[in-house]
Amino acid sequence: MTEESGLLATERSPGRGTVGGGETELVGRLRAGDADAFAQLVEDWSPSMLRLARTYVSTQASAEEIVQESWLAVIRGLGRFEGRSSLRTWVFRIVTNQAKTRGVHESRTVPWSSVVAAEQGPTVDPDRFRGPDDRWPGGWTVEGRPTAWEPSPESSAIAGEIRGRLTAALGELPERQRIVVSLRDVHGLSSEEVCGALGITAANQRVLLHRGRAGLRASLEDYYRDTGTGVMV
Amino acid sequence: MSGTHGDQVDIACRELVEIVTDYLEGALDSAMTAAVERHLAICPHCDRYIEQMRETISAVGHVPVDTLDEQAKADLVAAFRNFHATDR
Repeated sequence: MTEESGLLATERSPGRGTVGGGETELVGRLRAGDADAFAQLVEDWSPSMLRLARTYVSTQASAEEIVQESWLAVIRGLGRFEGRSSLRTWVFRIVTNQAKTRGVHESRTVPWSSVVAAEQGPTVDPDRFRGPDDRWPGGWTVEGRPTAWEPSPESSAIAGEIRGRLTAALGELPERQRIVVSLRDVHGLSSEEVCGALGITAANQRVLLHRGRAGLRASLEDYYRDTGTGVMV
Repeated sequence: MSGTHGDQVDIACRELVEIVTDYLEGALDSAMTAAVERHLAICPHCDRYIEQMRETISAVGHVPVDTLDEQAKADLVAAFRNFHATDR
């Protein structure tokens, strides 16, 4: 088997997975019937598969069925996997195909091609920047500058609260931004995997990612302001 | 607004915050990448902004996610064992 030489191979993100060893070795173990390797894969990849499936169907139950059907298709199809894409890309393609079939029946489609109002305009309030006649046009105003985040979002004292805030903020993002940010930053897919799975261009993906991430950053900024821990330095 | 000094591109804070993701994704050309890095070197506010973007990205990687229930996962592993027991 030859390793693919394209972007998928070089930019693949490790995601949240813990499946160790090289991919060739993993595929070998799966083909040999190593149930532990399969169980670990199901553990590691089901959350991102579920998230992907959920973009095509209207209920969580339907998404779960799609993921289960996809795993059964993986079991049956592993012998035909040629390694021309990564295993994960191949598995995601199976999910997409299964989900599209069902998504058509449930007549649910996310409009990926049209630009909507939520994807235009600045992501930071223009009032936080100096005007064109200022000595430093477009620079942060004193009041508009980002304030320090203390303690850091990773700090164990507030990590739970930060996760709660981010979960809520994710839920409030416009759908396409939520999908892209979830797949990229929550589930650790690479940009190539997201573009391939959703059928969107890299540029479109970056716009959605940018707006979504900016929205989440703003939610943490609100958190620090509300709790009075943001300090002006 | 953008200005130029010779071949050098200068970007304002207001513009930088809109290309942060392109920068982090490595999608900017070399001139723009250099412009962002020059700006970050002298602007602690934008440096903080981009650091907060990184912290946000890192933190969102830890939000709880849905997965299949234990029974469904066990059923799939059983199906895997069954396939390999009968198919070879």
